[in-house]
Amino acid sequence: MAQEQKQPRKSSQEETATEEVVESDVAERKEMIDEDVDAILDEIDEVLESNAEDFVKSFIQKGGQ
Amino acid sequence: MSVRRVMGTEVEYGISVQGQPAANPMVASSQIVNAYASSTVRARRARWDFEEESPLRDARGFDMARQIADPTQLTDEDLGLANVILTNGARLYVDHAHPEYSSPEVTTPLDVVRWEKAGEQVMLDASRMAAQVPGSVPIVLYKNNTDNKGASYGAHENYLMRRSTQFAEIVRHLTPFFVSRQVVTGAGRVGIGQDGRDTTPERGFQISQRSDYFEVEVGLETTLKRPIINTRDEPHADPAVYRRLHVILGDANLAEISIYLKAGTTALVLAMIEDGFIDRDLTVEGAVRTLRDVSHDPTLKHLVTLRDGRRLTAVQLQMEYLELARKHVEDRLGSDADDQTLDVLARWESVLTRLERDPMECATELDWVAKLKLLQQYRDRDSLDWDDAKLHLIDLQYADVRPDKGLYHRLAGSGRIQRLLDDDTIEHAMHEPPTDTRAYFRGRCLDKYADSVAAASWDSVIFDLPGRESLQRVPTIDPLRGTKAHVGELIDRSDTAQALVAAITR
Repeated sequence: MAQEQKQPRKSSQEETATEEVVESDVAERKEMIDEDVDAILDEIDEVLESNAEDFVKSFIQKGGQ
Repeated sequence: MSVRRVMGTEVEYGISVQGQPAANPMVASSQIVNAYASSTVRARRARWDFEEESPLRDARGFDMARQIADPTQLTDEDLGLANVILTNGARLYVDHAHPEYSSPEVTTPLDVVRWEKAGEQVMLDASRMAAQVPGSVPIVLYKNNTDNKGASYGAHENYLMRRSTQFAEIVRHLTPFFVSRQVVTGAGRVGIGQDGRDTTPERGFQISQRSDYFEVEVGLETTLKRPIINTRDEPHADPAVYRRLHVILGDANLAEISIYLKAGTTALVLAMIEDGFIDRDLTVEGAVRTLRDVSHDPTLKHLVTLRDGRRLTAVQLQMEYLELARKHVEDRLGSDADDQTLDVLARWESVLTRLERDPMECATELDWVAKLKLLQQYRDRDSLDWDDAKLHLIDLQYADVRPDKGLYHRLAGSGRIQRLLDDDTIEHAMHEPPTDTRAYFRGRCLDKYADSVAAASWDSVIFDLPGRESLQRVPTIDPLRGTKAHVGELIDRSDTAQALVAAITR
């Protein structure tokens, strides 16, 4: 207990600052995730067969095992 | 007690002749196999030897009459369709209306991955080679299991088991495992029902490609009335000692960890069944319906009802098997357990724990989660309903074997799906056989004595030797003989097939 008491309490200013850092961390990470999603979807848009409807319709298989 | 066991996989690939949906798939499949054969198989092409095949033998102890069998079940009749044996010990051939790659026999889950992925590269090369034939139309291959219009084709697993194990025990303990393992091994599918027509807004995606195509719990068929437990009893080994468990309900996986866990966890469960270790009855009420219900709920909340009245999720049911498998390995092997067995147990536990928390945590490991994540991202960005053709296209194209077009390959290539093996290791396995099964003997013979091998199969290599009137059949009935340790040196020092056969039959 004594040791804990020795630790200086964070001022309310410091606390706010910490929270802000955490918040901006989250925002940054979300931005990175969003960018990653955009990147992968852009990449896949490039390679997707052009006429989805026709392509899916014409994929006809015979049954196998 | 370990993941080690003689096993192998067979994958039928979806096939599409670009711009010609009405093209004959048998002809196209033959073009694929023949293109690979003529470009890579040297000199004389060895035939497949059907002598030991008996597809109508039933594990329950009787033979089905040939007259009442569906023509698709008569897989031992040589219809003159393309059929070659590769130097890695695999078989590449046309099965029904699909090109199929049957891996060589291996003994570990990681080797299942290695030689199954080698098969994907064989198919890719084959389609590229076929495209070089003047006047040919490009053929694209898909490692999936359905056209979403009612047709399904298989990705089978084979596990060698002790004959002494009662088949009823296999059925009892394996069925609940099979009904639930799709949460780990599913490849993901857009569409509900055999023809994929049920795409009500909130249930357009399911975990498994195959689950909607199973109609009975136990049976011999593989092409109609498909059973959860297949009774085909064709061991390709001494039938007094072994049976080959032929598993037909699995999905064709692209993710290496999905394949690895499929083979590894199944091997662990089979070891427990052989050992009589499973001390509880996990029998599921209505296994066929449950198989579908589990597949139809990617939130993994569906409760499975056991015969004893307990209700638990498929993930929890898998955890029952995991807990038993852990105990079994500790009990029988203790600190002697091999690394791969421990790795399978650790990954299985990790995946199940995260699936229970949030399935999306497994998006870099498991096919169905990776696919669902991608689909969900498209749905969010473009506000797409599940019946949108674009989502069906993404499902299909996930399985395209081409590295530039296949979406699995795009995700793996950019590090969004984890790998277990590097490209070089897989490339090597396209040509080299496993060293610890009879596939070694088969593969080396095909490589070194191609001119003298008349035919081969899982359990024989048949030589046509100059000066000998009859063919010389070398049986390879024991899957664990003919390994590098047994015959490596002998083959190394035998310059000709005559010398080899003389040394073997001396």
